[in-house]
Amino acid sequence: MRMPDTSELLLQVEGVSLAFGGVKALRDVSFDIRKGEIRAIIGPNGAGKTSMLNVINGFYHPNHGAITFKGRTRAQMQPYEASRGGIARTFQNVALFKGMSALDNIMAGRTLKMRRGLLWQMLRYGPALAEEIEHRHRVEEIIDFLEIEAIRKVPVARLPYGLQKRVELGRALAMEPDLLLLDEPMAGMNLEEKEDMSRFIIDVNNHYGTTIALIEHDMAVVMDLSHRVAVLDHGVKIADGTPDEVKENQGVIDAYLGVAH
Amino acid sequence: MAVGGSFDTFPKLLLRNAAQFRNRPAFRHKDLGVWQTWTWSQVAEIVRAYAAGLQRSGLQPGDTIAIVGSNRPNLYWTVMAAQTLRAIPVPVYSDAVADELAYVLAHADVRFVAAQDQEQVDKVLSVSDRVPHLQKIVYDEPRGLRDYDHSRLIAIQDVIENGRAALAANATLGGQIDEIIRQGEGSDISIILYTSGTTGASKGVMLSARGCINAVTDTVKFDRLTENDVALAYLPLAWVGDHYLNYAQGIAAGFCMACPESGETVEQDLREIGPTFYFAPPRVLENMLTRVMIRMQDAAPIKRRMFDYFLGIARRHGESILTGKPVPLSGRLLYALGRLMLYEPLKNVLGLSRVRVAYTAGEAIGPELFAFYRSIGLNLKQLYGQTEAFLYVTCQPDGEIYSDTVGPAAPNVDIRIAESGEVQFRSPGMFVGYFKDQAKTAETLTADGYVKTGDAGFFDEKTGHLKIIDRAKDVGRLADGTIFAPKYLENKLKFFPNIKEAVAFGDSREFVCAILNIDPAAVANWAERNNVAYGSYQELAGHPLVYDMVAKDVAEVNRSLAEEKVMASAQIRRFLILHKELDADDGELTRTQKVRRGFVAERYAPLITALYDGSHEADISTEVTFEDGRKGAIAARVKIRDLQTAGSTESLGKAA
Repeated sequence: MRMPDTSELLLQVEGVSLAFGGVKALRDVSFDIRKGEIRAIIGPNGAGKTSMLNVINGFYHPNHGAITFKGRTRAQMQPYEASRGGIARTFQNVALFKGMSALDNIMAGRTLKMRRGLLWQMLRYGPALAEEIEHRHRVEEIIDFLEIEAIRKVPVARLPYGLQKRVELGRALAMEPDLLLLDEPMAGMNLEEKEDMSRFIIDVNNHYGTTIALIEHDMAVVMDLSHRVAVLDHGVKIADGTPDEVKENQGVIDAYLGVAH
Repeated sequence: MAVGGSFDTFPKLLLRNAAQFRNRPAFRHKDLGVWQTWTWSQVAEIVRAYAAGLQRSGLQPGDTIAIVGSNRPNLYWTVMAAQTLRAIPVPVYSDAVADELAYVLAHADVRFVAAQDQEQVDKVLSVSDRVPHLQKIVYDEPRGLRDYDHSRLIAIQDVIENGRAALAANATLGGQIDEIIRQGEGSDISIILYTSGTTGASKGVMLSARGCINAVTDTVKFDRLTENDVALAYLPLAWVGDHYLNYAQGIAAGFCMACPESGETVEQDLREIGPTFYFAPPRVLENMLTRVMIRMQDAAPIKRRMFDYFLGIARRHGESILTGKPVPLSGRLLYALGRLMLYEPLKNVLGLSRVRVAYTAGEAIGPELFAFYRSIGLNLKQLYGQTEAFLYVTCQPDGEIYSDTVGPAAPNVDIRIAESGEVQFRSPGMFVGYFKDQAKTAETLTADGYVKTGDAGFFDEKTGHLKIIDRAKDVGRLADGTIFAPKYLENKLKFFPNIKEAVAFGDSREFVCAILNIDPAAVANWAERNNVAYGSYQELAGHPLVYDMVAKDVAEVNRSLAEEKVMASAQIRRFLILHKELDADDGELTRTQKVRRGFVAERYAPLITALYDGSHEADISTEVTFEDGRKGAIAARVKIRDLQTAGSTESLGKAA
């Protein structure tokens, strides 16, 4: 695997804490994501991984701490600001428009890139048409990239789970993000689907140079894919480093295997 | 209509097409969701530039260039460009594993390989140390190949650009290429097609340019193909069928070859392109029908009733209307209504609306399946051929269609049945020889120049059509000398939905016996509807009512055999239904689900003894392998059923 050629920071999380009432989901977590890397966040159930992603893309607002994305620090950010700023994500439970075709779902990912207003688009005429053709071209490139030509016109509700995940990845890619957040991209997949998805993640990273942060439970996948791994347990970061370093870390082994008390 | 005439090589035909059909579409390919089109004059220009580029890369007349990949314009143009330079294209199956690929590449002495994408390039590179002459790999799709070592690797697009630039810079180069085309002779080897190698190592079948063009000129005339036709080129590039039906006929007739977007999108591409000439093996046709039937089961009751009603009408009158036989006026009217309501919309969904000529071949097609497509108005016909003939040996002319024959000899093909029952032929497209294998060539040809097909067959008396019954080496004889073709009988039995597998015995025996497997899905369904209780497959298989039902099917087979003089004495006199399904895990079937007759005979020897010694039941105990690998034994007492033979007293007398 190619290592990212730059150590420039894309995103920095400093001392973030998040609480829901008495439940402390995140406690003083700091870590960073470098430009061009595949960064994994792992941890046992309830460790706060998804909360961390939600904080990054502005869905949750941390009680303490700051997030710096592309050099701009802010404590509060709305999800639409995040996506406009170049953060795209997929969800743990596939969140697609079930009744729409795979193509339309991915086209939806281009919404923020469309310059013409609603009225123009409804008319589908002149400049709006030209714009749509251009966007469609980009979407077709993604369809080609993800090898989903055969399901272009199929409503996603009819697709098997593994393909739905791929369509969701396609929609996130359609935004041409700087940072792609993947929440358990391989959950519920069989071995073959996992291997396909791993290949696509590596290809996205290589081909488009997209920075990727992913949450994943399959350790073999995480260790193979990522350049660096951060480990959360009960809302606290207990380890951070290359896959090999993390594998050796006693704290991580204890968190996963449990310790005799 | 376009005919070969003085054009005895494909590059000459390409130039003719560029002059004659100019802006007619020659190729289409769906790329990034949009159908791209190239006209004949564009293709001629691209191929010329490509040939110039290849020549500069070092491809010489007489060199071989392998082509690995699926149906892409760039790969078809590689064939054309190689032929332009009098080099020899060698298409290889894209799903060949590395070892097979290495064998073909090394055996064909290839110096160049054209590969479709990263996957194929990787495969070629992985075996490159076993291909001593390999110089250069050209590839179609650059994706993923950017970081590869490009000392031996170049994109086809770049080769074409290089060639184009060289042609522009150097006026004499164009003249040189024209000269090579002019020098091309009909006796040049036009292509080497490797047989798939089901029997031993694959052999390289060499075909001459004139042979190819003469053969396709005949069939283009036979099926009246013109530059207005369209075919979807979705068959494997290395298979003789694709090279013949799409490439060679396409160039001879000047019709358009449409390349699908990918292997998985063929069904949709078929619908979008709406070909007028179509080929599909029986398996594809069967899948298509199954999908329609499954979807109809989910349709609203009124639609389902309409579907059933009009299919009934089609079954009664469709065939006759298609072949032009007399049909009562009421039948015609109802059929016309059915066309409006069902047949045309259905064909449209399947992408077959515009099909004028459709062929199927490769294996025996079930009569019901065949009749279904014909009854809804698809002009589906059968052909029989092989690589050594450059495809066509026989084909059915319009209006003379039978599900159980493969038709009379194709135009200018000379067929005879040898003493042994083997089909032998001479044809315009017949091969020149196997590449680097004089011994095999001599083995395949008879002293007077006929090709041995290795298939046994006979001419049907009623129709004058050829019937293929089995591989010649599997055909035996009964004790009284009657031909015994096990596969022919087994296929007839397997066309009944209740019978899943059949194994016929009879070689050097007094009469024919069969061991059958019932189809669990079909028979269980029947049992449910008829209140037949059973606890296991074994119990169901041994049920007397099941035996009665299957006996009717076997009797039906006997009746159809009685109508064929050659086979009348090979009727099935006794059969039994096996207590377990034949299974690949137990070695009874191959992994491709073909019965291993010899193994079955050995394993169930006590049953076969019982079939021939007249007893009415037999005990058998066999070892079985469960899916998790454990082994167990099944013991059973299997009943044997006797049957009356059908047919004329004369044949009965002979059998007795």
